[in-house]
Amino acid sequence: MSDMLKPSRRAFLRGSAAAAAGLTAAGAARANGPDPLITEVQEWATVFGDGVDATPYGLPIQYESDVVRRNVEWLTADTTSSINFTPIHALDGTITPQGCAFERHHSGAIELRKEDYRLMINGLVDTPLVFSYADLERFPRENHVYFCECAANTGMEWAGAQLNGAQFTHGMIHNMEYTGVSLRTLLNEAGLEAAGDLADKWVYVEGADASSNGRSIPMDKALDDVLVAFKANGEALRKEHGYPVRLVVPGWEGNMWVKWLRRIEVTANAVESREETSKYTDTLADGTSRKWTWVMDAKSVITSPSPQSPITHGAGPLVITGLAWSGHGAITRVDVSKDGGKTWETARLAKPGEKMALTRFYLDTEWNGEEMLLQSRAIDETGYVQPTKAQLREVRGENSIYHNNCIQTWHVMPNGEAENVEVS
Amino acid sequence: GAGEGKLGLGRPALPEEIAAWDVDVSPDGTGLPVGSGSVADGEMIFSENCAVCHGEFAEGVDNWPELAGGEGTLADEDPVKTVGSYWPYLSTAWDYVHRSMPYGNAQTLSNDDVYAIVAYILYSNFLVDDDFVLSNENFLEVEMPNANGFIIDDRAETEYSIWRSEPCMENCKDSVEITMRATVLDVTPEEEGAAAATEAAP
Repeated sequence: MSDMLKPSRRAFLRGSAAAAAGLTAAGAARANGPDPLITEVQEWATVFGDGVDATPYGLPIQYESDVVRRNVEWLTADTTSSINFTPIHALDGTITPQGCAFERHHSGAIELRKEDYRLMINGLVDTPLVFSYADLERFPRENHVYFCECAANTGMEWAGAQLNGAQFTHGMIHNMEYTGVSLRTLLNEAGLEAAGDLADKWVYVEGADASSNGRSIPMDKALDDVLVAFKANGEALRKEHGYPVRLVVPGWEGNMWVKWLRRIEVTANAVESREETSKYTDTLADGTSRKWTWVMDAKSVITSPSPQSPITHGAGPLVITGLAWSGHGAITRVDVSKDGGKTWETARLAKPGEKMALTRFYLDTEWNGEEMLLQSRAIDETGYVQPTKAQLREVRGENSIYHNNCIQTWHVMPNGEAENVEVS
Repeated sequence: GAGEGKLGLGRPALPEEIAAWDVDVSPDGTGLPVGSGSVADGEMIFSENCAVCHGEFAEGVDNWPELAGGEGTLADEDPVKTVGSYWPYLSTAWDYVHRSMPYGNAQTLSNDDVYAIVAYILYSNFLVDDDFVLSNENFLEVEMPNANGFIIDDRAETEYSIWRSEPCMENCKDSVEITMRATVLDVTPEEEGAAAATEAAP
């Protein structure tokens, strides 16, 4: 961890230095004399770089070593049933690089070879089946981009502003292009005649790991858009993301995206497993709890500027950027406020929003060193408007743990640094 | 012999294979194997296999989960959610212990061991007497205090119906004050320097 500490610390100091130099600093382009990086022949313009055999499978260049997953030690009792965070403050576009896409395990990231992989379908089916990995690759495939957001993303912020950085407040999320077989296709292979009326039936899905992470999914969702995926962003799933096969449940809380998927059981009722009773139930102010809160509602966050991504270039043109997403469909609009929600302007979507996928927004603006209270507000195709934390608390209280999709505020100070705050 | 729309991939699962992997237990008792275990046996098995993390009385050690206590705290500022205070179904406790505990050594407990451990957890929550024996036959007779404490997701009625409306764009508030700051708590890892500098900033 000490290696990862340094770049982050350096990045901060660099930011402070630039800020200390004053708001007129505009970088090397406005140098007083000729720039030696231009007038002197640099080493890389003379000698060889690496050969094509140097890196059969490459990692990011060393100067990007702060763009990594981060752990928050005090959150959990043990790192094998824990969470880490995607460095969303440093990323752009929408596709999350797999190598820094967040992890959430309940008994660690297991190593399961394709040769040892088995998928069983049983329960209320005509013929219970066992598939090998090779069998799965022979079914017709689909490709889709979807976000996977942990139900607990932003959960530490229910009672107040706590963690100082978009990575920590909003980084339990990744967005990948998945290749796989629709769950509908696999269920059809086993046959659903035996299940009778499908309207009230369920599938129970579980993983091969010790935690199993069993969850119940209603049949209409199972037959709609659930994917049994074996590729992400073009290559095999990473070990920590369920290699060789995981479930993809578009728009629904990340816990249901069962990794190392080993069994799918058609049942007459929900199993009411540990992960849908003790966990992933949302306690309201009166002590009752919601269960089966599957969909992730519309949400957004400004990724830059943000506490880990301060403004270091002084006054002038500023790109405000962030991510928006909704489990109910496509993002149609994102509004940005610089004054804590008094006034709003509509940001530019980099591309039209896609259903249940991350959407990138930009607000190209001018900054003159004034304090800002930056907020973003997502709107999805159902007309749902991302609420404030006060609105959420009014309905739910402060002990829901999960499903915190409130509007986030960053306080940007005249020196360009930003802080996670709550505002009235 | 592929049926309609089928590709004929995979092969039928054998009964032994299904029995090995399909061990889930439902609230109505479906899936429970024949067996039994007493509070007294459970206390011993729990002490050997579980207490190092969950405490001798299932009260939890350090950051590890509390399995007992917390009755009547669900509406408090800091609810204590345990098997006794929160879990709606005993089936879940049996199923989860059987499949996924002890942590780091899962699927090593016999069916009778699991009945005994679950009996002991019930006793630790003052839900049964010390001479209680839990079995597949009396399993559904145990009353879980929070069995009626759950409602099905009602966001469509309580939230979506309100928040699906055109939002304010101008003059939305008279004033805005900062009411809470993350750097006051200062619990973000590896950001201590940043937090200190921010505090010192004018």
